[in-house]
Amino acid sequence: MIDALQLEFMRNALVAGLLASVICGIMGTLVVVNRIVFLSGGIAHAAYGGIGLAFYFGWPYLVGTIGFSLVAAIVMAAVSMKAKHRADTIIGVIWALGMAFGIILLDLTPGYNVDLMSYLFGSILTVSKMDLLAMLAVGVLMTILVAAYYKELLALSYDEEFARIRGVPVKGLYFTLIGMLAVTIVMVIQVVGLILVIALLTIPPFIAEKHAKSLMQMMVGSSLLGAIFTIVGLWLSYTYNLTSGASIIMVSGIGFLISALIEQIHLPQKADNQTAAETIKTAAR
Amino acid sequence: MDTPIVEISDVAFAYNGETVLRDVNLEIRQEDFIAMIGPNGGGKSTLLKLMLGLLKPDKGVIRVLGRSAQKGSSYIGYVPQDVHLNRSFPITAMDVVLMGKLDPRKRGVRGSVSYRQEALTVLERLAMAAHAGKRIGELSGGQRQRVFIARALVTQPKLLLLDEPTASIDTKGQADFFKLLEELNKDIAILVVSHDLLVISRYVKSVACVNKGLHYHHQAEITADMLETMYPCTDAEVCPVELVAHGLPHRVLKDH
Repeated sequence: MIDALQLEFMRNALVAGLLASVICGIMGTLVVVNRIVFLSGGIAHAAYGGIGLAFYFGWPYLVGTIGFSLVAAIVMAAVSMKAKHRADTIIGVIWALGMAFGIILLDLTPGYNVDLMSYLFGSILTVSKMDLLAMLAVGVLMTILVAAYYKELLALSYDEEFARIRGVPVKGLYFTLIGMLAVTIVMVIQVVGLILVIALLTIPPFIAEKHAKSLMQMMVGSSLLGAIFTIVGLWLSYTYNLTSGASIIMVSGIGFLISALIEQIHLPQKADNQTAAETIKTAAR
Repeated sequence: MDTPIVEISDVAFAYNGETVLRDVNLEIRQEDFIAMIGPNGGGKSTLLKLMLGLLKPDKGVIRVLGRSAQKGSSYIGYVPQDVHLNRSFPITAMDVVLMGKLDPRKRGVRGSVSYRQEALTVLERLAMAAHAGKRIGELSGGQRQRVFIARALVTQPKLLLLDEPTASIDTKGQADFFKLLEELNKDIAILVVSHDLLVISRYVKSVACVNKGLHYHHQAEITADMLETMYPCTDAEVCPVELVAHGLPHRVLKDH
């Protein structure tokens, strides 16, 4: 790993992976506790429509993708607020349409062919300094927003009705959350790819949730777990010459399985013995 | 006479064109301990949401301490149904209680130390201080309810609204729970939605039956015809209650 870091592209890949881990650790925590994983998947896929638009009309890449995903995300959020029982279906429709729309627009764009694989799995090994700076900016901005509205986000996520009674502008906050999610997803996708974003948004928060005592702990735990998965995954991909994004996801998946197994083994004792639960926690730390 | 805490006059509410509540009148005063009973879909939850200002009535007026329900909702402490909340959520009992201190108009961490002290005092009063640092999912149903009551109490309400608080508590725990409410009732008004007629008849002062309309009974009496209008039993159902209530002899309801 040390000699790998002599190479600039490996260093950039590592920094990109760590930044993505932190961004996805924070947003993923909110995604998991608010049960909007499917909505995030919808945003991530529909963003491909934005890529199509950007190339077809010759717009700057980010304007097309962020604009399109924001619109798609707001529509999905509105539907999921108005008609909860229909939300998953509508998200599925927008998910598929956005992706198809993007592919057709790219077909119609003369002389250009975007590789779908690089959209799915990203190209973490070709990350530029500019990409890193953009990600850093989004990460800092997002962290400030989440920190400023932490209590409100906590109340919204835990008990929306109570939050509303306490005067939290629930609707505005929810749309802000979804908007923030759309922007971060698009930013991170262009660096590490769609599949890795979904993996980092869900797997580390899922593991961290069981051991955290607050949203904050869950965010920190998820970020750390994501960072570990990223480092191990990159090292494996370098050593065995494997696709980097996929390696990170496989490592995360193994982490997920181990965590689920530990829980299975300790579950019977947990019911009648609180101290057993405490032991698992300390062991997991 | 002083202003009632909640004043509901001629309220009607329809959901998707279907009448849920009509001609509802109710006054809640400081010393009240009201049980709200009624069949599922009879409009109990809707009435709670109207009082909390989460819904607006189609007709009629709801006043909370002379204000509109939206503005007055900070005077009502709300204890939601346990089942609606995510038990695996990473949050401690203390942080749930502190949620009651949330005020979006105030930014920053000002007052957070005194808030913690206040929350701890309320938890102590409910015999829950020892569990303050535990995750909400590690607590029993009865303990969780006490945490939610503590969260409602730190808002310093004039009225406590509880939506089926005893659903996840065993019989012994339910009796303790109602004793606790009886104790709290010395300072504030309480309205509790419950299906448990037996426990209700021992602790509450009056009963409000909600089934589209609202029938108010000034004593905690449970009459046979009240039961029949509120819980009409079909042939398929077993009559649920071997009824013991004030003023009624021990009796088993006949088959319908």
